[in-house]
Amino acid sequence: MADRPLLSVRELAVEFRADTGTVRALDSVSLDLRPGRVLGVVGESGCGKSVTARAILRILDRNGAIVAGKILLDPGTTAEVDLTALNPESQAMRGVRGARVGLIFQEPMSALSMQYTVGNQLIEAIRAHNDPGKSVARQRAIELLRDAGIPRPETRVDAYPFQLSGGLRQRVGIALALAGDPDILIADEPTTALDVTTQAQILTLLRRLQRDKHIALMLITHDMGVIAQMADDMAVMYLGRVVEYAPVREVFHSPRHPYTRALLRSVPDLRATPRQRLATIGGAVPQPNARPSGCPFHPRCPEVILGRCDVAPPAPVPPGEAGASCFLLEDAV
Amino acid sequence: MLMYILRRLLLASITCVAISVLTFVIIRLPPGDFIDAYIANLASTGSSITADQAEAMRHDYGLDRPVIVQYFLWIARVVQGDFGVSMMWRRPVTEVIGDRLWLTMLVSFSALFLTWTIALPIGIYSAVKQYSVGDYIATMVGFLGLAIPNFLLALILMYFGFRYLGLSVGGLFSAEYAQEAWSWAKAWDLAKHVPLPACVLALAGTAQLIRIMRANLLDELRKPYVVTAKAKGIGNLRVILKYPVRAALNPFASSIAYVFPYLVSGSIIVSLVLGLPTVGPLLLQSLVAQDMYLAGTIVLLLGIMTVVGTLISDLLLMWIEPRLRLTGRL
Repeated sequence: MADRPLLSVRELAVEFRADTGTVRALDSVSLDLRPGRVLGVVGESGCGKSVTARAILRILDRNGAIVAGKILLDPGTTAEVDLTALNPESQAMRGVRGARVGLIFQEPMSALSMQYTVGNQLIEAIRAHNDPGKSVARQRAIELLRDAGIPRPETRVDAYPFQLSGGLRQRVGIALALAGDPDILIADEPTTALDVTTQAQILTLLRRLQRDKHIALMLITHDMGVIAQMADDMAVMYLGRVVEYAPVREVFHSPRHPYTRALLRSVPDLRATPRQRLATIGGAVPQPNARPSGCPFHPRCPEVILGRCDVAPPAPVPPGEAGASCFLLEDAV
Repeated sequence: MLMYILRRLLLASITCVAISVLTFVIIRLPPGDFIDAYIANLASTGSSITADQAEAMRHDYGLDRPVIVQYFLWIARVVQGDFGVSMMWRRPVTEVIGDRLWLTMLVSFSALFLTWTIALPIGIYSAVKQYSVGDYIATMVGFLGLAIPNFLLALILMYFGFRYLGLSVGGLFSAEYAQEAWSWAKAWDLAKHVPLPACVLALAGTAQLIRIMRANLLDELRKPYVVTAKAKGIGNLRVILKYPVRAALNPFASSIAYVFPYLVSGSIIVSLVLGLPTVGPLLLQSLVAQDMYLAGTIVLLLGIMTVVGTLISDLLLMWIEPRLRLTGRL
């Protein structure tokens, strides 16, 4: 883990107010985004991957709030800013969105407004920071579309999103995220809604742009294959907690957490004997308002230590280090 | 796109023809005809005409011809702007409706303007700040507005306006101007009389519109494109106005169809209570008096306004909704 991180999330906790009471969506989440590196974030639906992304940009829904922790931009430098201390509506926070941190969305169909042209939405993003004027912005929009691998960008710039295919729309989404020239990108399941061939093309594009521009990329996915192909480091999340954090190679070769092991076992293997049943994780993700006591994974954990795992949660992964949040490892030390 | 417009126009004309047939049927529905009514009228004043004279009159008016022919004679005159003579007023229908039509439209447009300028901002606020104190107040006032009958509010406002503000209430003109020719003084007098009925008419519509806008916008605010726009780093207000509000306005374009006939008729009950010289009470009177040419003209006008309103809202929707414009469907 070379290079100083551009963004460090430290012990972040987010809660949502609901009719049934408050729901803790994130609990002591720490992670680092470093220039030129890709951090893969994996986990089942509802584990807090997207909430983390939204919390970083301070665009949580109105009923959600950051209750603890820090989000440090440029940590350790004189320019260090704690984003949790900023007003989400402030000029400073708006300057972070788009210009420092770009966001790529899951749903290319609904993430773009159908009422404005691609160019209109893209030019708006370009002019939001350091407005270069209308005609220059339009030229830049065309360049961005070309960089995102869209053929005939001069005509596509005037097309409406519903006139483009899913793959092209996701390329527009990438161009949009890059419009403010950010050095950090968060891609929230960028390929989930696409077919497999398009998925591969989009991932290749993301990888190329990320390398060329030396961007720190946070790639949120539930696809282990995507992580293996793209990421340098990975964070495994379960019910709002990071349960394992390590370089990808380490995780795939020697997973530390029982949940990570279970996830890896459930990936289909081409070399498996025909008709062999795919391994699954027993049970289902608990409702967020019915969090199990202790380690949230203990009811589904095959290696649970009763009287221990169900009493208090294990210590979170130490920030900036590789490790897992599990009593098995604490005991081993 | 051109095909879409042409199809709409064709459908609109067909509907208009159907409406005219229906109107004619309504005019002809009561037993007897204009001559019978005329004879009855003469009899009541003591004079009479012979059966031969009556036949001659029927022939002059074309009433002895087959119904189909009569319809075409009637519609031919209507197309030339001759709507016949009001039996009750003994004047051409166009004259009777004339001034009232403009006054009705003035009051209705004022009410509509008031409705939109009040309801849209409050509706947007209510949705963006859902479950805030302001939202609850708007909701409460909105439901009150929906629940209070218009005529009751008209009576209450008339009382307070007269008792405490010394306003001359009722009607659209003060007594001294009612029969006057148009002048600046008369126009100013009218301007002073319009706000009260406009407020009364606007109330229920405003309450309803706040609810609709709030619901529409709440749906749109949840959509991912709002997050996309926010993530660009542009201001919150601008994001909301440019994206979700724009999308939430679409249903309003469709609602124009229902507003249009209302613009012409005004509200009958409120007009009666406030003594407004609008088209609404005229329709009521003409129906009571079986003044069929007058009633028929108003009914025809309302029907055609509905068709025109629908056509306009279709075209408007096409103009503001690119998906409809370019693909012909949503």
